[in-house]
Amino acid sequence: MARRNAPEVNAGSMADIAFLLLIFFLVTTTIETDSGINSKLPPIEEIENPPEFKQKNVFIVLMNQNQELLVEDEIMELKDLRQAAIDFIDNGGEGCNYCQGSGDPASSDNPQKAVVSLQHDRETEYGAYIAVQNELVAAYNFLRNREAKKLFGKSFTEMENDFNNPDFRGSISKLEEDIKTIREMYPLNLSEAEPKERE
Amino acid sequence: MSKFKKKKGGELPAISTASLPDIVFMLLFFFMVATVMRENTLMIKNELPYADQVEKLQKKDLVMYIYAGKPSERYQKQFGKEARIQLNDKFADLKDIQQFIIEERESKREELKPFLTTALKVDSETNMGLVSDIKYELRKAEAYRVNYTTRSGEASQNLE
Repeated sequence: MARRNAPEVNAGSMADIAFLLLIFFLVTTTIETDSGINSKLPPIEEIENPPEFKQKNVFIVLMNQNQELLVEDEIMELKDLRQAAIDFIDNGGEGCNYCQGSGDPASSDNPQKAVVSLQHDRETEYGAYIAVQNELVAAYNFLRNREAKKLFGKSFTEMENDFNNPDFRGSISKLEEDIKTIREMYPLNLSEAEPKERE
Repeated sequence: MSKFKKKKGGELPAISTASLPDIVFMLLFFFMVATVMRENTLMIKNELPYADQVEKLQKKDLVMYIYAGKPSERYQKQFGKEARIQLNDKFADLKDIQQFIIEERESKREELKPFLTTALKVDSETNMGLVSDIKYELRKAEAYRVNYTTRSGEASQNLE
């Protein structure tokens, strides 16, 4: 008996099937990555003797339930907060030879001692809180960028991007060292108090 | 004569589409590999606040997501209008957070555990009270690295 060849399967519609799948995956793909403000929470431990801060070294930002700001006992608009924070951190009262502030004796001594304290209500909106957080981080980024440009010829943000970039050509350890230097010049001292209950 | 006739009659041959499936499959595989399916169906309103001093969340597999916001309309009858927390696909209470973090941490490899980040995707109208409660729970669970996930834009838009 002669063996009959099986008829060839028509592969013409294969492209259609593949296209269908392709379109499905095209639609469901989300390539964008999330971005946001990074922050580090403090551990819960009762410190026996909390370190004392001089009044002038603390920059107090209060937020109420109507998303209003009280900065150093004065009502302030959000748009002025960044500059106020920069002035405070970069004041350079004493022991800071790279600060460019006015050296006001009533403001902070140096960026290492300066602490920004953010207090909010339980009723404050999250959006407003993020806005304030954003401005304070912006103030620090501004100062860090300025010093990084002066010392290393590129901004702090670029340095951090390079550090996270696997294709970076150059010495990673040197870069890490540089980033650390800048971080020590302007440490991000952001303290958050537990929100107060409103009676 | 017939020799020449033959040549004249030949039109352009149709382009072979035999390799089309191959090309399409190649694209298909690319997208299959690159696709990250949305892990959670959101049951809450989730309009993130705006910020411009943002850093990218680098590795997606090292991120734990905590959502919070008002329940969306179809769930409001059941869960009310107060802002709530959502973990994975369910509404959750504050006390569930620690357990959630521990479970997530267990599912990761040992050497990656210190790099786990918690992304807080919180609706911009939520009260800070809930957010600071979440943060307190995170501190109890020793998950100190957090990221307030935002959309990029001017921060002043948040106050409008």
